[in-house]
Amino acid sequence: MGYPHKAHRKETTVLSKYFGDPEARSYKGWVKRGGYEAWRQALTLAPAAITDLVKESGLRGRGGAGFPTGLKWSFMPKEKKKPHYLCVNADESEPGTFKDREIMRWTPHALLEGTAIAMRAIQAEVGYIYIRGEFTEPYAIMGQALAEANAARAFGDLKIHLHRGAGAYICGEETALMNSIEGKRGNPRIKPPFPAAFGVFGMPTTINNVETLAAVPPILTNGPAWYKKLSLSNPKSTGTKLFSVCGHVQKPGNYELTMGFPLKDLLYELCGGMRPGRTLKACIPGGSSVPILDRAETEACLLDYEGAVERGTMLGSGGVIVFDDSADMVYQIMRLARFYAHESCAQCTQCREGTAWTTKILERILAGQGKATDLDLLLDLSDNMTGKTICVLSDSCAAPVVSGIKKFRGEFEDYIAGRRRPVMVA
Amino acid sequence: MADGAVNLTIDGMPVSAPPGTLLIEAAKQAGVLVPHYCYHPGLPVAGLCRMCLVEVEKAPKLQIACATQVAEGMVVHTQSAQAKSARMGVLELLLINHPLDCPICDQAGECELQDFTFQEGRPATRYSPDYAKRFNPVEDFGPDVLYVPNRCILCTRCVRFMEDVTKEPVLNVSERGDRAFIGIHPEARLDHPWAGNVVDLCPVGSLLSKDFLHKARAWELDKTASVCTGCSQGCNVTLDTRDNVVVRVRPRPNLLVNRYFICDHGRMNYRWMNRGDRIEAPLVKRAGAELQAVDWDEALERTAGLLRGAGGRAVTLASPRMSTEALFLMRELCAGLDWTGAVQIVMGEEAPLAGVPNLALRPERAPNGTAAELLGYGRDYAAALQAAESAAVVLVLDEPEVTIRTAGALIYLGTVLPEGARDAAVVLPIANVAEEEGTFVNRDGRVQRYFQAKPAPGMARPAWWVLAELLTALGREGGESLTGPGAAFDRLARSVGPFAGLSYASLGAAGQAITPAIGATA
Repeated sequence: MGYPHKAHRKETTVLSKYFGDPEARSYKGWVKRGGYEAWRQALTLAPAAITDLVKESGLRGRGGAGFPTGLKWSFMPKEKKKPHYLCVNADESEPGTFKDREIMRWTPHALLEGTAIAMRAIQAEVGYIYIRGEFTEPYAIMGQALAEANAARAFGDLKIHLHRGAGAYICGEETALMNSIEGKRGNPRIKPPFPAAFGVFGMPTTINNVETLAAVPPILTNGPAWYKKLSLSNPKSTGTKLFSVCGHVQKPGNYELTMGFPLKDLLYELCGGMRPGRTLKACIPGGSSVPILDRAETEACLLDYEGAVERGTMLGSGGVIVFDDSADMVYQIMRLARFYAHESCAQCTQCREGTAWTTKILERILAGQGKATDLDLLLDLSDNMTGKTICVLSDSCAAPVVSGIKKFRGEFEDYIAGRRRPVMVA
Repeated sequence: MADGAVNLTIDGMPVSAPPGTLLIEAAKQAGVLVPHYCYHPGLPVAGLCRMCLVEVEKAPKLQIACATQVAEGMVVHTQSAQAKSARMGVLELLLINHPLDCPICDQAGECELQDFTFQEGRPATRYSPDYAKRFNPVEDFGPDVLYVPNRCILCTRCVRFMEDVTKEPVLNVSERGDRAFIGIHPEARLDHPWAGNVVDLCPVGSLLSKDFLHKARAWELDKTASVCTGCSQGCNVTLDTRDNVVVRVRPRPNLLVNRYFICDHGRMNYRWMNRGDRIEAPLVKRAGAELQAVDWDEALERTAGLLRGAGGRAVTLASPRMSTEALFLMRELCAGLDWTGAVQIVMGEEAPLAGVPNLALRPERAPNGTAAELLGYGRDYAAALQAAESAAVVLVLDEPEVTIRTAGALIYLGTVLPEGARDAAVVLPIANVAEEEGTFVNRDGRVQRYFQAKPAPGMARPAWWVLAELLTALGREGGESLTGPGAAFDRLARSVGPFAGLSYASLGAAGQAITPAIGATA
């Protein structure tokens, strides 16, 4: 990618081509760079034809779940009887993920253009871009870009609104996001009904991630076949994806890679490897909600949806968190659990009480007061928190705990047995 | 099996239910009560306590019975190891921050957290005793509602009731995670006329009635099906008595009348049932003397004598809280006389429950005005009082505020003896609504039975008995066959048009509409 470092030769810059280029932020600058060409093209196509193109490209949701985007669009009613809505999930709050922020900071028009195309595909006349509350700079840039695009009457009758969140992780869950747009407390809704039938304001709604929509314009201009060819491993994972690398590497940042790129190469080549004298210990490849990989798994992992699953984790949002051998995994996992305990919406019992209890047990272990039974208790508790709640926040808390205990059990046992100096947890 | 019904199997039992039925309701048909907290049939589904997890074959994971609709061929296991372990897990989590103060909690004994924990909870906690439990101080929510947040399991029934049923959303869930609690709008009170229902809806002892606070333990209470006397709506209620004292009124579900709710006016309208200044013996006035207590034989003979000798005009002033049977037998007693009957109905303000059609605290604050009207009692009380002045005999059915001037004989049947009735020739003590069985007819023409919750004091007897005895004493046909309120009602059904086709036995606990259904009698 182009910012803050030059794109590595192994990167494929589609989304990040203009990162670091301030001129690309303006409407004029974007048009000069070939922007809004895809939108003009979309205007000549029937909605179903746009959906078919996206289906053909193999584009999958970049927010975390990896659901095929074209298929999601095709769930919207063909015959329009009620207003349709598009919600853009720009509530990027997954720990370790900072890709949507860069898209909005540098190429706001890529998102707006993708949004407009998606709105045409699903026959929506109103779209909401739900931006995370803490994203003050991206919000201002998006506002400026939208104003310029509207001044140029770029979207015809389509209405795109920016909606600013108030800083709740859970509002990135699609149904909580819809509730939040409606002015309600950001609580996830039970499904069914699914958003395509009963979404925001009770109307058919599609929700897409920022990166997903930003990928739509190049698909239209270059053709789905081009996009489909961007695949190094499994043909079911196509295109490029931004990976936000943070943690113990020499050069953290966003890297745009073709699907199927080896995680090992990303860490050791593109990111410059570990700090001198340090070795890789663990890696969370898809944002804090996915299982942790140990060193061997990390080095064998290919960065696409199937490759991650093969290693027992998920590609998630592409937030790669790297730990070297100096990391205290018990502490790191406690910090993750504490995040989920803080962000639980308090609806489901397992999540409300379970995330907090998990945190307390981990804090107790760190403080040297853990009991021999604590690890089994944590695993049983995590099992109770998995697959039983309205949304997956509770599962997301359990995933790093379960994989952490499985792969780094020795570190937990050292604390419990008194072999390691206790950590005072504030 | 009905057309269009969906057939499924729940715990090996074949069940048939209309499409759209929720599993939790269908399971009741199979005799299975799936443990649940947030689900309540009178509220929108929230699906958040996750207590009603059951195993559905071919589903990838456990499903919540409260939000899963029945489907053809569905096979459900509510008691599978997986489902039970998931529910045990929920119970454990609900209890980790619960104070376990059952010994001082009003809900103990009728607490769903106790019941389901007893049924399928973990025998001991794994939560460290070193952890402080969540603590928040007790809050005063409204005129009759206290919130004890420490016991709260955040099922949000109260929030949804205020939001979707009263349409006055003053409650919410405040904060997140395990810090969450039920919050109230900073400038609002929980003083909606129907707000008291949140106390009944609360599955644990978190929302408490101040009126009932520490009054009785649940297991000391006897429960009797009754009908609210607060207005003409006819809400079905349960009278809870402790040692023959009514201590609490709670709604009794009747989907056709009050669904699951009663208003606060009705809820608090019970203290008079426990009055201590009751007439406990029949009283007669001997020449020139004060009223003197006598036995029933003498009192009835004296009354029959007065009625036998009376010719011309008879006036009845009746309370609209009297049973249909008493109102009917009173009219029978006056057959052959030039009879005028009247009831006096106190009016108040209407207080509707916005989320339930045709449910309100009605302006007519009397339960049986409709029956009185159908039986020929007028509403012109002043005219009746005037007519009483020249009547040969005046019969009063429990009008405690009455002051009557009459040239004739005054016969007073009542629960208490007002100053204005001291001139009566005979005073006959009768039972109040909590002490007898009978029926009321609500404003929509629904005949509903109420049952006896406690004994009448002293020698007081139900009005139907007193009136039946008088009919017998007068030698009227069939007087002896009036062996109970049922016999009285059945005779009424045979002789009074609108009640045709009904029988006391067919009324059941939910009542029946009279034919042809009469409209609202506002």
